[in-house]
Amino acid sequence: MWIYEKKLQYPVKVSKCDPRMARYLLEQYGGADGELSAALRYLNQRYAIPDKVIGLLTDIGTEEFAHLEMIATMIYKLTKDANVEQLEAAGLGANYAGHDHAFIYRDPEGFPWTAAYIQAKGDPIADLYEDIAAEEKARATYQWLIDMTDDVDLQDGLKFLREREIIHSMRFKEAVEILKADREHKKVY
Amino acid sequence: MADNEVREDLADSGKAEGTVNPEERARGDEIYRRELMELQKVDFALVELNLYLDTHPADMQAVQQYNQLAQRRLQMCAAFELKYGPLMHFGHSYTRYPWQWIETPWPWQV
Repeated sequence: MWIYEKKLQYPVKVSKCDPRMARYLLEQYGGADGELSAALRYLNQRYAIPDKVIGLLTDIGTEEFAHLEMIATMIYKLTKDANVEQLEAAGLGANYAGHDHAFIYRDPEGFPWTAAYIQAKGDPIADLYEDIAAEEKARATYQWLIDMTDDVDLQDGLKFLREREIIHSMRFKEAVEILKADREHKKVY
Repeated sequence: MADNEVREDLADSGKAEGTVNPEERARGDEIYRRELMELQKVDFALVELNLYLDTHPADMQAVQQYNQLAQRRLQMCAAFELKYGPLMHFGHSYTRYPWQWIETPWPWQV
């Protein structure tokens, strides 16, 4: 089961109202390789993967929910003081018309989050490579988001998340090696 | 004994081969399940009280009951973890060496 902790994993600050960046951040909220996809992907893979990597998938999957909350906090702070004109100018007019300031799991283009973003092949190596790819794609997006803003406070939070993608990718690569070694071990003995 | 069979099955799956010491093997057996149930009962009472208090924050009796159970939970968890390893990750439980978090069984394997 899960327990909620009433704090962010890393502090989120923004230095200005910026609905334009908020919209782009939706990529990491409800996008294909966003934090929601990541959390659900890893936690869902646990039921058909060797025991040795279940702990890692549990831990990274759980951390992704903490990241989802950080992204939501960024979007919240970037839009809370925005008026309708500012939201419209940022391409969030449709969101305002349908949902005011409410959050929807969808990407910057407005495409709703879909379970089709989640892969679970049932082959441990295939699934872990999928996870490594997802982390690298998320890392790339974080870099582009950092490049798209001059808000150093927002950049700070995004840089933390970018670094976490790198660590997750490393750990998944190590998990692949652990499973490969295990497989070799079984062949020999 | 059925419990032994279950444990053998776990070992036979090869996934935890060579990494399970006798003490940890206790995880998943009848006593483990019974002690887990005791914890689950207290935890469920806490979930119920919590939701109730979310909409009745001024109920003094419920607050007292919540705090009493929270304390009992803490003691039960400490005893449970000493025997079976960590219940929580990210530094909310202690671990022996080697790292116990990755040990089976996971909840869906019990």
